[in-house]
Formats: sequence, structure tokens, C-alpha cells
Amino acid sequence: MYYAKHFRWDSSYSASSNLVYKLQRRRRRSKKLKHIGKRENMGWIGDTVDSIKSIQIRQLLTQVVSLGMIVTSALIIWKGLMCVTGSESPVVVVLSGSMEPGFKRGDILFLHMSKDPIRAGEIVVFNIDGREIPIVHRVIKVHERQDTGEVDVLTKGDNNYGDDRLLYAQGQQYLQRHHIMGRAVGFLPYVGWVTIVMTEKPIIKYILIGALGLLVITSKD
Amino acid sequence: MHSFGHRLNGLLTFSVTILAIMCAIASLSDNLNTPSPTADIKIMNINWFQKQPQGNDEVSLTMNISADLQSLFTWNTKQLFIFVAAEYETPKNSLNQVSLWDAIIPAKEHAKFWIHTSNKYRFVDQGNNLRGKKFNLTLHWHVMPKTGKMFADKIVMAGYSFPEEYR
Repeated sequence: MYYAKHFRWDSSYSASSNLVYKLQRRRRRSKKLKHIGKRENMGWIGDTVDSIKSIQIRQLLTQVVSLGMIVTSALIIWKGLMCVTGSESPVVVVLSGSMEPGFKRGDILFLHMSKDPIRAGEIVVFNIDGREIPIVHRVIKVHERQDTGEVDVLTKGDNNYGDDRLLYAQGQQYLQRHHIMGRAVGFLPYVGWVTIVMTEKPIIKYILIGALGLLVITSKD
Repeated sequence: MHSFGHRLNGLLTFSVTILAIMCAIASLSDNLNTPSPTADIKIMNINWFQKQPQGNDEVSLTMNISADLQSLFTWNTKQLFIFVAAEYETPKNSLNQVSLWDAIIPAKEHAKFWIHTSNKYRFVDQGNNLRGKKFNLTLHWHVMPKTGKMFADKIVMAGYSFPEEYR
């Protein structure tokens, strides 16, 4: 097509027009070559830039997704534990020394809540209306109703002198079942100190999360 | 696994896993123990038996408690928490449990004991149903381990009763 356009079919093929034609072709060809050269160079740089960009985006997305997977699997495990143990918070940290020498500050308690009736001697974790921190003490008195099966419970910390009536709400003499979050069934010493330190000095929590995030981001290279 | 951070991370994860497994095995080893405890409680005296101004009965008594709980201790036991509770039934309540005395036994040597004591905690009923009532005295114990699952059990001694009249 290219040649057909510029090739005269008729016999009037003069030398001057031939020369003009040749010059035109040479100019076009050199322009074409220059254009090809430029695109070749551009292509190589462009390729590299593109590959760098694509690697970053893909890697970044992979890391974000794997981080999200870790967080969601931890959440799944926590919620699953809540279902299995039947209690709102299946693991609690002992904060005070009112159950020493049995439970010291910084120990972890595993809770379980079942439909079994609450009996004297069990270690229960309960919430008082108006107080946000749950308390871990032992049941020393149980009064269970004949008709409804409802139960009145009095608790006391092993290391305290008196019972917990001072801690209960104004006018409250006993705890009922709905105050109780769970029974302590298992125990691990010292592990809870991590939580206590992170709650009382939030700086350490931020440093730890920052360090973990840095480890995740730099782990790909 | 070439950088310091990676190695530290791997080491920490491994050590925490190993510690958790050791704690679980220690707790499971408690199941191998078959305890055979004995206990005996005698009520020496009913000191007084009154009706309080609020309408609740209260009684004060002196007991002689003797027990041998040495077989409950294992290598994974931190302490034994024992308490004596009075259990009885009233028209309004199907079960009442009132703790009268408790103690912490820190070591096996102290687990065989004899004590003469009055009730540490006030024995107050919900109501005034105690006159002439029969009740059981139960010795409960809670094994608190160094790590792992906590066990509890009891010995029930029946046959005690309150006096017919206030004293």
C-alpha cells in the first residue's frame, strides 16, 4: 500500500520527481527509525517501572491480606472460646491480691459457665452493677429457692477478713445468677502480667504493635 | 530465617508452645492421683441460738474438726483450700449452704490436723427456720494446682440438728 501510493504507474516518471520521491522516502524512513528507537528505549524503562510498580502493589496487597487473616483468625478463636465456655470472657487476669496465696496478681484464670447450680466453695467471677471490673472471689453462702431454683449467693475473698457485702451495690445482700460471669476451672501463673503491663503503660502496647507491624512489612524481602 | 528478628520470633513462639504443653501435661498428671481422705467433725457445744432483730436465726457453735487430707497432695499442688459448710433445707429454700470455717493448707505436712474452733463466719439463716432442724456438716476441699485444672470434692457428715428452742 505504501509503495503503491508513491509509485507512479504511469510512464511519466521523471528524474526530478524520482529524486524528490527518494528524498521523501529517506526522510520518512529515518523518522520511522528514530521513532522506533525512541519507543524501544522508552519500552525498556517503561517495563522496569511497570514491573516495580506491579511488584509493590501485589506484595502490599498480599501482606495486607495475610495480616487481615491473622487478625480475623484470632478473633474467630476468641469468639469460639466464648461459645464453648458459655461465658462472656473466657479468660480473665487476676488484678488484686484478695485471693492470695491461691491466686496472685498477674495470674490467668480460665472460666466456664454451665447450667449447674452454684454451690459453696466455687470460685466465681462476677460483675457488680455500676462497677466495670469483674471480681474473682469464692462463694461462702448459698440459698437456693425451692420453687424457682433462683439462688442467692454471698462471696468472700480468701485473703479478705470480711465478706463482700461492702463491695455489693447499695442495699444488695446477695448476688444472683445473672451477676455471675463464670466459674474458674483452670489457672496459669504469671502469664497475665503481659496484660497488666500493657493496660497500665499503654506506651508499651503501641511499641509492641509497631514492632510487630514492622516485622510483617519487612519480612517479604 | 536469616535475620535476627525472624530468629527471635521463631524462638519465642517455640518456647511459648513448649511451656504451654508442659503446663498441660503437668495438669493431666493430677488425674493419676487417687485420693483417700478422711474427716470427722464433732459439735462440742452450741454457744447460743438467737433470733436477730431482722428476723433471721443465728447460731454460734464450737466444733472439733479432725481430718487427714495428705493423699490429695500431688507434685502439682500449690495449696489446698478447705472449708466446713452446714447444709440444710427449709420450706422456702431447697438448699442452704453456709460456710462456717475455712483454712488454707499449704503443704502435705499440715494436711493431717485436729482443730478446736468456734465458727469463723456467722451462721445466719434466711428466715427463722432453724429450731429443731436437721443439718449436714460437709468438709469441702479445693485443690489449687501450680498450673492447670482445679479439682474440688467433699465429705458429707450427716446427723446433726439444732436445739428445739432458742438459748
